[in-house]
Amino acid sequence: MSFNKISPLLVLVVAVISAGCGKTETQVAQPKDAGELVVKIGASAPLTGPQAHIGKDNENGTRMAIDDANAKGVTIGGKKVRFELLSEDDQTDPKAATIVAQKLVDAKVNGIIGHLNSGTTIPASRIYSDNGIPQISPSATAVAYTAQGFKTAFRVMANDAQQGKVLGEYATKNLGAKKIAVLDDRTAYGQGIADEFVKSAQASGAEIVSRQYTTDKAIDFAAVLTSIKGKQPDLVFFGGMDPQGAPMVKQLRALGMKTQFMMGDGGYTPKLIENAGAAAEGTYASLPGVPLDKMQGGRDFATRYEAQFKQPIQLYAPYCYDAVNVMIAAMQQAGSAEPAKYLPELGKVVHDGVTAKIAFDEKGDLKGGAITMYQVRQGKWQAVETMGGVAPVATH
Amino acid sequence: MKFNHQSKPVLAAFVVALMVLPFIIDSLLGHGWVRIADFALLYIMLALGLNIVVGYAGLLDLGYIAFFAVGAYTYALLGSPQFGLHWPIWAVLPLGALLACFFGVLLGAPTLRLRGDYLAIVTLGFGEIIRIFMNNLNAPVNITNGPQGISSIDPLSLGGFSFGKTHELFGLNFTTVHLHYYLFLGFTLLVIFVSLRLQHSRTGRAWMAIREDEVAANAMGINTRNIKLLAFAMGATFGGISGGLFAGFQGFVSPESFSLMESVMILCMVVLGGMGNIAGVVLGGVLLVILPEAFRHGAGPLQQALFGKIVVDPESLRMLMFGLALILVMLWRPAGLWPSTQRRRELMPDETVAQQEQDTVYDAAK
Amino acid sequence: MDILLQQIVNGLVQGSVYALVALGYTMVYGILGLINFAHGEVVMVGAMVALTVLQILLAAALSPVLAVLCSLMVAVAACMALGYGIERIAYRPLRNAPRLAPLITAIGVSIVLQNLAMMIWGREYHAFPLPFSNGLHELGGAIITDVQIAIVLIALLMMAGLMLLIHRSRFGRAMRAVAENSSAAALMGVDINRVISATFMLGSALAAVAGFMVSANYGIVHYYMGFMLGLKAFTAAVLGGIGNLRGAMLGGVVLGLIESLGAGYIGDLSGGFFGSNYQDVFAFFVLIAVLVFRPSGLLGERVAERA
Repeated sequence: MSFNKISPLLVLVVAVISAGCGKTETQVAQPKDAGELVVKIGASAPLTGPQAHIGKDNENGTRMAIDDANAKGVTIGGKKVRFELLSEDDQTDPKAATIVAQKLVDAKVNGIIGHLNSGTTIPASRIYSDNGIPQISPSATAVAYTAQGFKTAFRVMANDAQQGKVLGEYATKNLGAKKIAVLDDRTAYGQGIADEFVKSAQASGAEIVSRQYTTDKAIDFAAVLTSIKGKQPDLVFFGGMDPQGAPMVKQLRALGMKTQFMMGDGGYTPKLIENAGAAAEGTYASLPGVPLDKMQGGRDFATRYEAQFKQPIQLYAPYCYDAVNVMIAAMQQAGSAEPAKYLPELGKVVHDGVTAKIAFDEKGDLKGGAITMYQVRQGKWQAVETMGGVAPVATH
Repeated sequence: MKFNHQSKPVLAAFVVALMVLPFIIDSLLGHGWVRIADFALLYIMLALGLNIVVGYAGLLDLGYIAFFAVGAYTYALLGSPQFGLHWPIWAVLPLGALLACFFGVLLGAPTLRLRGDYLAIVTLGFGEIIRIFMNNLNAPVNITNGPQGISSIDPLSLGGFSFGKTHELFGLNFTTVHLHYYLFLGFTLLVIFVSLRLQHSRTGRAWMAIREDEVAANAMGINTRNIKLLAFAMGATFGGISGGLFAGFQGFVSPESFSLMESVMILCMVVLGGMGNIAGVVLGGVLLVILPEAFRHGAGPLQQALFGKIVVDPESLRMLMFGLALILVMLWRPAGLWPSTQRRRELMPDETVAQQEQDTVYDAAK
Repeated sequence: MDILLQQIVNGLVQGSVYALVALGYTMVYGILGLINFAHGEVVMVGAMVALTVLQILLAAALSPVLAVLCSLMVAVAACMALGYGIERIAYRPLRNAPRLAPLITAIGVSIVLQNLAMMIWGREYHAFPLPFSNGLHELGGAIITDVQIAIVLIALLMMAGLMLLIHRSRFGRAMRAVAENSSAAALMGVDINRVISATFMLGSALAAVAGFMVSANYGIVHYYMGFMLGLKAFTAAVLGGIGNLRGAMLGGVVLGLIESLGAGYIGDLSGGFFGSNYQDVFAFFVLIAVLVFRPSGLLGERVAERA
């Protein structure tokens, strides 16, 4: 058997196959009806890997906003518009994120909703910026994202500094914690919010008695929690997501610790309660924005989401929904879906979303975002207090 | 594949084909695929570097991505607002390669006595150690910026010519992905050239002697310690160069890009393509970068065409098909798609002898 | 003092989890000299199958004890079938191939299983419904749960059982013969294919038990859970001396202790420069140090030399 002859042939075959695939793709993307304006919204989040469930939730939220807009019949600049969603998997991999970004740019999307993680949002933002395509991240919280000086980068989520500050103040002033232990999962999100929390808590006079770390793949926290137990803190803060948060609070209680347990927005999920069971009781988590049922359309959004996707909202779906609608509002205001034309409007637009009244500051961050604290009470997330922002509503 | 045995016109045609390739890809498939081609070139460099360690010297390395990381972080730290340094590429790239080389020796030294799977786990650990350090060196002194990674890295540029901007030359539009393609192609050809020269050099033959039988090699007067360290160092150097280019290309590095899975992928490229054979390794690199992307583009439309609707979520299918492809290719060609002639001879020394050996075992097993 | 004791308990429990998985690795390695990279995924499949059966049976109001036993048995059976299939499809055709070829198919199998599991069981984390209350016990200030005690005991029992099987039974002798020299074993009338298949099935059955115990302990199941667990268990197996059953147990417990004591005290030892974020670095350093002085692990005797 001659290897040398076969292998180049194989390359050719693969090349032809991939070329063929690419072609079908472009055919699909062609507008079907010349009468209406087709506006393509690109979306990207991890749809495979450990965070796939949250990524899918993002996609669902984006899809709902687009379906709603199509059902409503939006017109931009006097023309009837049909929105199309192009959703891509970035695998939480920065490299895949740039490939995806380039693919979406090639597909001539009019705007981007994504990505989910800061680690993918930042490298992709350079490509969107180079091509002048507005990008709204529903969930990236790293301060660096909007600090790069890109005019196209926006987010509808409070950044780490905004959220960590509120969390730290709440822990010390409202809950009266003097000795605090802090854990993070060594991801960009977890480390970012934990460091900001530490700064804020220290500024309010609390002492950080233990600083521990885990990873975003761990499920055993006995060692670090035992170490924390030795320092007898009043409150344990974890910067990370619910897959670690749930077993962590369970193991915390199993070690006989009765301290308060607090997380950022990564903890505010129905899964945290489901997976931690009774141990979740009393856990605090924050979420930027106003509680959904306080906002017009918020409660309606939650009901419709559950009906359509047969699961409760996981986390950021409402933010994706808002992100799409802010983008559409800017397009309508500009009378054009051309990125270059509606980009200036995006900075000026004020939109009543399902999570908050959304407006951007000069960097693209959420302006004066309100942050709500929630607590698990009788096996349910209940809003405790909304702080900062334009609409401070105390709820009890 | 040896270029020097082939006639010059073929070689020239090959080079021309490589030069116009990005424009063909661009017009057929779009920019996205040119970017994929750029990544393919980076991975080819990595695979060729690992090929020296695994393919030539026979040392199983599961932590190779660490050297890529060292190169990338060297570039990122010396060419970004992190320390306010903006060193030029001709200083940073060689420095990154040198540092990677140093880490290669650092890894090689304690592992000289280890064989096979013990070596695999130590190299795996080494790769993780480097990643964990990069992920955590933001406190007490902030060096790497931790999990946040380093953003706003300077684009690659040579004497005022920036690869991060679109240039118009000879009436053609060269976008950043095109420019990077040519830059990476240049480096890849250099790495291929060095690999080729090494393969047939005294050192290359010494590596292969160690791979086949370390004790015998030692007895023949080969300084196995130095030669093994050299393999680690050479392999690491290629990884370091590739890493530097990656950092400049992406504009952002974070520890997530250097996970264990990346090391495993590069090893797959080497083994799947054909260990020890440069052309095979190049083929492996190209395939493993392209396949997942081809599935990404193809899985949806293919289902549309077959069933008229999307049956399975294309994103779930992509990695599934990739895994299946790994299994099938290895079953079909256990020595890789394009094995080196030498290894092939070793594997199938003599058809009849091999057959006899098989028969005995087979009959007895019946 | 009770903190130190608690850390030791934590380490023992964590180590026994690693040991349970490492036993499966080491069995397969001992006989074939092959790193079964997909072993962690088999553990995950075991956990997932147990979860589904348990959910169904508990919904059907079966008695908790029976439901747990049934789900465990179904998981074991499913994993044995899976183990048999993996060996048959991905490893057997490559038995005479270059040593790295089966490593690549193993990685392929691992990716395939992960993604199949994601398609079947979904992307989210599932709560593992343990139908008993998981009682807490105090041992001189340290706390340990029922499930954790069970894990330590099961790991020890499994190791003892396997050692009996390998050193005292006819089948065990066949296994040792195949491990020593497969062609000679074949000549002596050992059906090597059957022995290897049986070894894989045994290893996979262990994986199913490990999957069940891990899920019961942490109360959480996810399609990605096998990867890290497999990696740690592999490290433990090598640390102890791969191919050696007592080594797997010892390696697991040593790794567990290093991790928990490392996470607990590394900060104090290094004056706060390193913290629990360097837990894995610490573990790998110990591993490298051990291997530098004992190149074939703590209890390993044979130097693997298959190129």
